[in-house]
Amino acid sequence: MQVPARFEYERASSVGHALMLLERLGPEARVVAGGHSLIPMMKLRLAQPEALVDINDLAELSHLAVEGDELVVGALVRHARLLADAEAGRLFPILHDAERVIADPVVRNRGTVGGSLCQADPSEDLSAAFSALRATAVIQGPGGARTVPIREFHTGPYETAVEPGELLTELRVPIRPGSGSAYQKVERRVGDWPVAAAGAVLVIHDGVIAEAGIGLTAVGAAHFAAPEAEESLIGQVPGEEAYARAGALAAAHCEPQSDQRGPADYKRHLVGELVRRALARAAERAGRGGLR
Amino acid sequence: MSAYGRMHRKEDARFIRGRGTYTDDVNLPGMLHGAVLRSPHAHAAIVSIDTSAAEAHPKVKAVITGETLAGLRLAWMPTLSGDTQAVLATDKVRFQGQEVAFVVAEDRYAARDALELIDVEYEPLPAVVDARRALDEDAPVIRDDLDGKADNHIFDWQAGDKAATDAIFERAQVTVAQDMLYPRVHPAPLETCGAVADFDRVTGKLTVWCPTQAPHAHRTLYAMVAGIPEHKIRVISPDIGGGFGNKVGIYPGYVCAIVGSIVTGRPVKWMEDRSENLMSTSFARDYHMHGEIAATRDGRIQAIRVKVLADHGAFNGTAQPTKYPAGFFHVFTGSYDLAAAHCEVTGVYTNKAPGGVAYACSFRVTEAVYLVERLVDVLAVELDMDPAELRMRNLLKPGQFPYTSPTGWEYDSGDYPRTLRLALDMAGYDKLRAEQADRRAAGGPLMGIGISFFTEAVGAGPRKHMDILGLGMADGAELRVHPTGKAVLRVSCQSQGQGHETTFAQIVAQELGMSPGDVEVVHGDTDQTPFGLGTYGSRSTPVSGAATAMVARKVRERARVVASAMLEASPEDLEWAEGRWAVRGDPATGKSMAEIALAAHSGLELPEGVEGHLDAVCVYNPPNLTYPFGAYVCVVDVDPGTGQVKVRRFVAVDDCGVRINPMIVEGQIHGGLADGVGMALMQLMAFDEEGNHLGASFMDYLLPTAVECPSWELGETVTPSPHHPIGAKGVGESATVGSPAAVVNAVVDALRPYGVRHADMPLTPANVWLTIQGRPFRTDLAIP
Repeated sequence: MQVPARFEYERASSVGHALMLLERLGPEARVVAGGHSLIPMMKLRLAQPEALVDINDLAELSHLAVEGDELVVGALVRHARLLADAEAGRLFPILHDAERVIADPVVRNRGTVGGSLCQADPSEDLSAAFSALRATAVIQGPGGARTVPIREFHTGPYETAVEPGELLTELRVPIRPGSGSAYQKVERRVGDWPVAAAGAVLVIHDGVIAEAGIGLTAVGAAHFAAPEAEESLIGQVPGEEAYARAGALAAAHCEPQSDQRGPADYKRHLVGELVRRALARAAERAGRGGLR
Repeated sequence: MSAYGRMHRKEDARFIRGRGTYTDDVNLPGMLHGAVLRSPHAHAAIVSIDTSAAEAHPKVKAVITGETLAGLRLAWMPTLSGDTQAVLATDKVRFQGQEVAFVVAEDRYAARDALELIDVEYEPLPAVVDARRALDEDAPVIRDDLDGKADNHIFDWQAGDKAATDAIFERAQVTVAQDMLYPRVHPAPLETCGAVADFDRVTGKLTVWCPTQAPHAHRTLYAMVAGIPEHKIRVISPDIGGGFGNKVGIYPGYVCAIVGSIVTGRPVKWMEDRSENLMSTSFARDYHMHGEIAATRDGRIQAIRVKVLADHGAFNGTAQPTKYPAGFFHVFTGSYDLAAAHCEVTGVYTNKAPGGVAYACSFRVTEAVYLVERLVDVLAVELDMDPAELRMRNLLKPGQFPYTSPTGWEYDSGDYPRTLRLALDMAGYDKLRAEQADRRAAGGPLMGIGISFFTEAVGAGPRKHMDILGLGMADGAELRVHPTGKAVLRVSCQSQGQGHETTFAQIVAQELGMSPGDVEVVHGDTDQTPFGLGTYGSRSTPVSGAATAMVARKVRERARVVASAMLEASPEDLEWAEGRWAVRGDPATGKSMAEIALAAHSGLELPEGVEGHLDAVCVYNPPNLTYPFGAYVCVVDVDPGTGQVKVRRFVAVDDCGVRINPMIVEGQIHGGLADGVGMALMQLMAFDEEGNHLGASFMDYLLPTAVECPSWELGETVTPSPHHPIGAKGVGESATVGSPAAVVNAVVDALRPYGVRHADMPLTPANVWLTIQGRPFRTDLAIP
């Protein structure tokens, strides 16, 4: 029977209130936003927090807008809203590619961007997408706000740089002229966690790759990134040969595990294949004008 | 005017308003809640169970263990296959998720909390996970509770003529063999199993609300096993959120809820959760098959022989007629004109949940159809012949019906070539093959075309041959016509979504010249309905539907006598025309059922010996099974870089005889096709070396969604069953039975450029990619 163990529940009315509650309730308290990972785990009693701090009323974390040369995504922005936002999709097609394959519409209506990142599930799609985009996380604590590059945000499976008593408040994504991006995922069925997935961001100047970001999901890539593959692309002319080499490097440097989604060698093969495809799609989007 | 045809389902008025009543909606005053403690091990001796801390929980009312039940002689119960099954484990646990203890508490939170307070000490034992190793000399013996049991063997069974079959194989021009696994799958109904038990200590009456597909059989079994007099037991099967065979048997949780109510004197509700349902309740299939097919070089199929290793789990709990330990598997000769056939089936115990016949399988016809339809495709590759052409050449011809198969089935009716031709035409088969040839020539994207032609044997069954635990498979029906001409039909079977309240009302309406809206169908309550064996194996319309037609005809004959009194004519001079009894040749005299009903309850003087009123009862004992059939064509696109399969099109032409409500028939086919796509592509229930269940949630055990399903293209042919009163055959399982082979045949066809001849289900992306690599894996075991 799936019913959670006993827990306390508090509903925060502001970020300050949430931080106060977290401090009062101590390290065994958990923040709940969309609840689509935490609540099922509580029902299965895989998670037994002593208290929940509900942040769903914090409108101040629901902003989604371009500020200067960054797209700012509030931690409480729902997946469905990010997916429906035309400007976010125009600037970063990788985000729409990824959102489109996250769970199902019901989950996307409630689940949040911040919750996805803080859950830090190795199979979570947005972590790789933001890693490819080299976003910055803004974390609020009792002593004020601090920023953490996304590639330092995830410190391990289900572990992040957010300390007890702190709250992730927003993601900031740099807007890069001349860029294109894409996300490719293989799943056993729509809404499933990925067997493997890859995101790619390319900035192309004067027919040459100036910047590259590659994110990998569910294949044991540190910080969801593929730095060797990224490195190999810089200064190259976009093309199948460069993509295939990057794919091979990404495949060689990740650490997928066998499970019922597939054996490790298949997942490694997928990394090469999906990196290649994501790069081609990203380049095509950059070439179509993408961003000026 | 016909009462048959498309009409909205009468039951949907409550379902679309959220006003259905499922077992979990039943709440009684003073009701307690039960929870089951389950084994974390697949195989382990129980050293001790300490329930003292749980019993000390302030909200706990009772903790029941195998020892408690042993005192009541209920620690073990009979299965539907004549084996025994532990209700709560006493000596050892034999599969992961097996029931060990039952807590009854004031609310479900407390019941769940108390499970963690029970301390069970286990001594883990090596588990039998791989069915192919179950009969090894050194395999651990699972059923040491059975006297003298020294191995894991359950039964050997065979059908057909071995000598004649072997003789054909010896001199055949072409023979092909193929190993194939029909993996363990689970029906996974939307509503899980559960029960509310209410034992009244004053009256001694036990009422059980439970989503059972066979309420009457449950009542009788409770009486036989628990010793409660049968007239003091009422089983109510309220609205059911899907059954698919999962809700045929009696589960330990039901017994525990009943015992919990008896010991506490209060109603007890127990509802399992999703993982409990997937881990412990009746699975389906798990057939390891070795098939061989013999043919002439020009493609005349002559014989098939099969060896099957059947994994039945830790207790032999399959549900099928007693004489048939492998169900109706021996219908594997399929739709073809064979000279001989033979099969041997060996059943074994493994450390997995019991079950085996479920998931809309028509008593193993699913496995049989998959086997023969895969074999025919393998033969087509061997002969380099088009699989449609090979089938057309070997299908039974209309003139051969009724046809007795080499394994003893009497197929009732069919025009198979017409049905296959229609499916091929609807699919545009020749154009599809041309497109495929073009793509292959150009090295383009992979596509595959798969065909499956199936014949089912449903509607069990003739009482002489078919019973479950001694209960013959005939169904009763009772029809009352009230004075104002409105009718109430009472039937023994129970709907889990099949639309009985509509279809059966239409049958009565058709027979009596009424509107279906004027017929109420009562079912699912043993105090309110006549005895019958229930809804599974596509038997409702073939058996209870026939009983409905027959009881309506009895009423019609009674009405004839009343009408003759009204019309002052002899009954022989009346004719039934346009839903009325009229004097022959004078339709203007016709009396409607409403007029006759009022007269039947009035002071009208009736002939000597006629009682009045119109009510009637009947029992229908089917003379034969019905044999629905169909031709399916599936088109897939396969991405060789990722192994992903997309079902592009699916054409399904079904012949289920006369269709009472085509909309309901099509709905059942849609559901079954989706099931088939799910089984073929994603449903995976594997076990690791320790016997851990690797598909125990919907995150791991994947059901298909609308996204994986194409827009189904349905067609129909109608060949009435000659022995069913209205010519109908069952249809509830046809699509589940017929579709997996079509999907697999399509994927294997797509992979033919890689030399692939077979791949086991489910064809997940990983499986397809590895198959292309020439290293397919065992889908029943953990991926290494």
